[in-house]
Amino acid sequence: MKIFKLVFKNAFRHKLRSFLTILGIAIAVIAFGVLRTVVTAWYVGVEATAANRLVTRQAVSFIFPLPYTYRDKIQQVPGVSQVTFASWFQGVYIDKNQFFARFACDAETMFDVYPEFLLSKKELETFKREQNSCVVGEDIAKQYKLKVGDVMPIEGDIYPGRWEFVIRGIYKPRDKTTDATQMLFHWNYVNERIKKETPERAGDVGWYIVKIKDPSKSGLISKQIDDLFKNSNAETKTESERAFAQSFLASTSAIITAMNILSFVIIGIILLVLGNTMIMSARERTREYAVMKTIGFSGSHLIGLIMGESLVISIIGGALGLTLTFPLIQGLEKVIPKGFFPVFEIEPITIILASIAALSIGVLSSLSPIQRALKMKIVEGFRFVG
Amino acid sequence: MPPIIQVKNISKSYTRDSFAIPVLNDITLDIEEGEFFCLMGPSGSGKTTLLNLIAGIDKPTKGNIFIKDTDITLLNESSLAKWRASNIGFVFQFYNLIPVLTAYENIELPLMLTHLSKAEKKQHVEAALNVVGLTDRMFHYPKQLSGGQEQRVAIARAIVTDPLILVADEPTGDLDKNSAAEILILLDRLNKEFKKTILMVTHDPHAAEKASKIRHLDKGDLI
Ligand SMILES: Nc1ncnc2c1ncn2[C@@H]1O[C@H](COP(=O)(O)OP(=O)(O)OP(=O)(O)O)[C@@H](O)[C@H]1O
Ligand SMILES: [Mg+2]
Repeated sequence: MKIFKLVFKNAFRHKLRSFLTILGIAIAVIAFGVLRTVVTAWYVGVEATAANRLVTRQAVSFIFPLPYTYRDKIQQVPGVSQVTFASWFQGVYIDKNQFFARFACDAETMFDVYPEFLLSKKELETFKREQNSCVVGEDIAKQYKLKVGDVMPIEGDIYPGRWEFVIRGIYKPRDKTTDATQMLFHWNYVNERIKKETPERAGDVGWYIVKIKDPSKSGLISKQIDDLFKNSNAETKTESERAFAQSFLASTSAIITAMNILSFVIIGIILLVLGNTMIMSARERTREYAVMKTIGFSGSHLIGLIMGESLVISIIGGALGLTLTFPLIQGLEKVIPKGFFPVFEIEPITIILASIAALSIGVLSSLSPIQRALKMKIVEGFRFVG
Repeated sequence: MPPIIQVKNISKSYTRDSFAIPVLNDITLDIEEGEFFCLMGPSGSGKTTLLNLIAGIDKPTKGNIFIKDTDITLLNESSLAKWRASNIGFVFQFYNLIPVLTAYENIELPLMLTHLSKAEKKQHVEAALNVVGLTDRMFHYPKQLSGGQEQRVAIARAIVTDPLILVADEPTGDLDKNSAAEILILLDRLNKEFKKTILMVTHDPHAAEKASKIRHLDKGDLI
């Protein structure tokens, strides 16, 4: 017999109690995994940003447009290698619940500035050539079973009327964090129609994306761009793409912080649950520990016995939780609209954190019973009536 | 040959609420090798306390205890644990078997502290099982055994390491008459056949009949 056998037998002495504790740990790990996945999904927009891209937007608010004429001026700023732009188109595809990003962009430069959107050369050329064409992300194509040549009708709201775009390309994400849920079409095409229907709105651009040569100069270049338009009636605010993405999260950051804290609170609660189980078990075994000490078992044997038992429970619970987290996240990914969380996956760091949490819970829960068992005098142990 | 156990001027008191309660007063006692020594006395007279001191699971307030040539009152906790593992076999009134282990595994428990090979451990356990006559019950759990059988498993666990001295605190105290008689016969056999020195505490005059020597404690004094 090995001490491990005794550890195992001890861990399952009270089958129901151990089962409930394991279940508790598993549920905590699942909750932890899901919460953290949501948090990382939220931040994925920030993670996907590139250091060599700046975003120039209207100084007062992102919702106000900028003149198209700014493009050439920005292009002149030293250190700028390329300028592209986009407008938030929105509109309704099928019905209001089908949420994903739809942009009018500069077809000529968009895919140069966003190299993480992988599009074949042929598709890119067709897209550039045909004014009423569009490109969609792979995830969107999958979700709506779309292929090249299909027509996507959009009911406009910001840009009223019915719009039809022919899919001429499906882009693939380069990185895990790349958003493959966007729909991109020609700003020119939209603008031509606006010129006829509401000429006063023609020539407006949502924001500029500025590719720079040296990311370390981003502060300086941003300032130079903004200085160009000081005291005009459309002042700009230029910042790194990362800062831009973060400003989007600012309004929801309290929720994210709460979720973040909650994920660790859950771990704390489950620590108390296992801690309680271990204290109960160890109390009941006071006499047995006294017997083992009498026979000659040392402190380190008792530490191994008690911590081992605690770890057996926490490891099984943790493993069970992690095993169940994967299908659960996959299921959630299916029911959450694609465009809402473009990337919804368990991060390796989440798995590592959950495993560390389970192990630490195992170790920490055993500390108090260990201390008690070590301190206990043998004769006191025999006199103990639990 | 000098006595195997020499208790010299032992006093023991417990402190409770900062009062010192004397339990043993200046006890001096010799036990010869191979003796079946029986300690009797009324409840609370200090029998268990004295037995625990000799077995090295408690420390006296004053005095020395020599077992063979070792003064065990001078050993620190971890050396005392090692000393117990190789010198003392314990039998308790309430058996104190580990409920999740089979009879076989309970008996094997003390051998986990030795460096014996798997085969040697098996030999030892089977020999001990054979002595107590429970070979056919070795895969039973304690709760599947009668009180007498549990105590026999406990005795097998006590002798499996072949200790110098066997200490038994009221080993028949929780048993019916027949089971008690069996346990006493077994202890007697261990004493006569296997030459174990036995120190037994008991209330029971029948139990004491097997002893080669009987001493009485009264309110902490040996009389
Ligand atoms: N750990 C302890 N702390 C305080 N008092 C103790 C402790 N152990 C024993 N005593 C006291 O010491 C006295 C002797 O106890 P001991 O257990 O040695 O008696 P005993 O002769 O074995 O009695 P019994 O026949 O009832 O087992 C008792 O009054 C008991 O209450
Ligand atoms: Mg007693």
